Amino acid sequence: MSVDIATVKRVARLARIAVSEEEANRMTGELNGILGFVEQLSEVDVAGVEPMTSVTPMAMKKREDAVTDGDKADDIVANAPASDRNFFLVPKVVE
Amino acid sequence: MTDLTRLTIAEAREKLAAKEFSAAELTDAYLAAIEAANPAINAYVTVTADKARAMAKASDARIAAGKAGALEGIPLGIKDLFGTEGVHTQACSHILDGFRPRYESTVTQNLWNDGAVMLGKLNMDEFAMGSSNETSYYGPVKNPWRAKGSNADLVPGGSSGGSAAAVAAFLCAGATATDTGGSIRQPAAFTGTVGIKPTYGRCSRFGVVAFASSLDQAGPIARDVRDAAILLRSMASVDDKDTTSVDLPVPDYEAALGQSLKGMKIGIPKEYRVDGMPEEIEALWQQGIAWLKDAGAEIVDITLPHTKYALPAYYIVAPAEASSNLARYDGVRYGLRVDGKDIVDMYEKTRAAGFGTEVKRRILIGTYVLSAGYYDAYYLRAQKVRTLIKRDFELAFQAGVDAILTPATPSSAFGIADEDLAADPVKMYLNDIFTVTVNMAGLPGLSVPAGLDHKGLPLGLQLIGKPFEEETLFRTAHVIEQAAGRFSPTKWW
Repeated sequence: MSVDIATVKRVARLARIAVSEEEANRMTGELNGILGFVEQLSEVDVAGVEPMTSVTPMAMKKREDAVTDGDKADDIVANAPASDRNFFLVPKVVE
Repeated sequence: MTDLTRLTIAEAREKLAAKEFSAAELTDAYLAAIEAANPAINAYVTVTADKARAMAKASDARIAAGKAGALEGIPLGIKDLFGTEGVHTQACSHILDGFRPRYESTVTQNLWNDGAVMLGKLNMDEFAMGSSNETSYYGPVKNPWRAKGSNADLVPGGSSGGSAAAVAAFLCAGATATDTGGSIRQPAAFTGTVGIKPTYGRCSRFGVVAFASSLDQAGPIARDVRDAAILLRSMASVDDKDTTSVDLPVPDYEAALGQSLKGMKIGIPKEYRVDGMPEEIEALWQQGIAWLKDAGAEIVDITLPHTKYALPAYYIVAPAEASSNLARYDGVRYGLRVDGKDIVDMYEKTRAAGFGTEVKRRILIGTYVLSAGYYDAYYLRAQKVRTLIKRDFELAFQAGVDAILTPATPSSAFGIADEDLAADPVKMYLNDIFTVTVNMAGLPGLSVPAGLDHKGLPLGLQLIGKPFEEETLFRTAHVIEQAAGRFSPTKWW
């Protein structure tokens, strides 16, 4: 499978990365190089093979459903580019 | 006085305990070495001199009180991927501009609990995506090694290039690193240092900036096998903050050193003999086989038939997980923000300005393979291939193989700004051809220096073990180290 420049622009939009015409053009070639490289996986017979979902075979760890952390709003907004009274500030999203 | 920075961790530990010098003196020696060398090597992106001196002073107090920890007073460098409270943590990316976490990663906390001293944060490929340390926002790291009779700058490998270069150039006693596809073992091989990626689940991932969560694993880079064993024992732990952390006690890895290899079976996989591999790498491999045979190990040929599919499967799984993990960098909660006409425009401009070319490339690949209609063809198939890769190893281990010996890299260190590699991303990816299978299967892998090539540059051998049998790797690597000797660069910086 290969991608054209329109697909690259659509994927960039999905990934929320602005790309210039020139970047999209260059990336089309590079992405096709990578997709061409991974194409060889189609020759592997994977019939009846389970996909790997856990690297180490283990049951998901569980803990008691209790609050163990919190009350640190100051810490959470400490690195925000813009915040006000422990809220993150963003451009207006609703009219 | 002898140069304190030349001591291994084991040697420094002994001399600190005997009060031959203080932790403060040892730390000062490293800080002076960094100040002199870092402008040339660029291994550190930030040096925490005041913090290091305060930590060393506290170590001296604990040593005096007879309360020394396992790494008391040992000065370490920390890869910029590890969250360090109040200290620069940017994964060497512009998008995390100014980020100083309010928490400490479990791995670094374990080191401080054992008395280690932090010298600063080490350079790396942006978000650990790269094999040459050239994708860092802070510029490339220079390998302390140069080819005989040449002044050309070489890469230290990547992504843990700063870690490997700092250890090789005596700018820290040891370093933390991380490995998603070879990022500990390839730079260790390129710099004549020892690096181990432990089994997935051995070191906690809590507080480590995520790249590909099912592949990422922390480990040390050190001057010799013993130091790597000492560091891993402190770094590893069982951690409730990481649900993939495995409930197994951490053994004393150092105790495995010096044990006999008699009765051990070492597998040699024929699939690691790749087209175009330099003759020297093959010779090095044969030399390694001979050393292990001499030490009493039995050598057996094995087959890992899905080896060639590991790298293509990796370049689906890793970018897919990365595209998801890196969605959090949106200019809202931390790091860089570039204003836009609305919120989507702000996201797009922030991410365009904040991420470098390689990171964008991988996010786009990941977004594409996960997008509607392509998931089964790419991601699901790659995860099935991953099962087959793991099964290859399981069959070898079931047949009685204790560890597997392979070359660590298909070449020695290459030049900074290599035009061939810059022109073709896939060529750069091929650097990880021998290391990536180990991440795909979640196994432990260790790279140990085994010789120099005709240019006088270090080459490494890789040992692959069964899950949670890191001790076997240390024991075997120690035999190779004893036979091969240790390698240090000639100082030019």
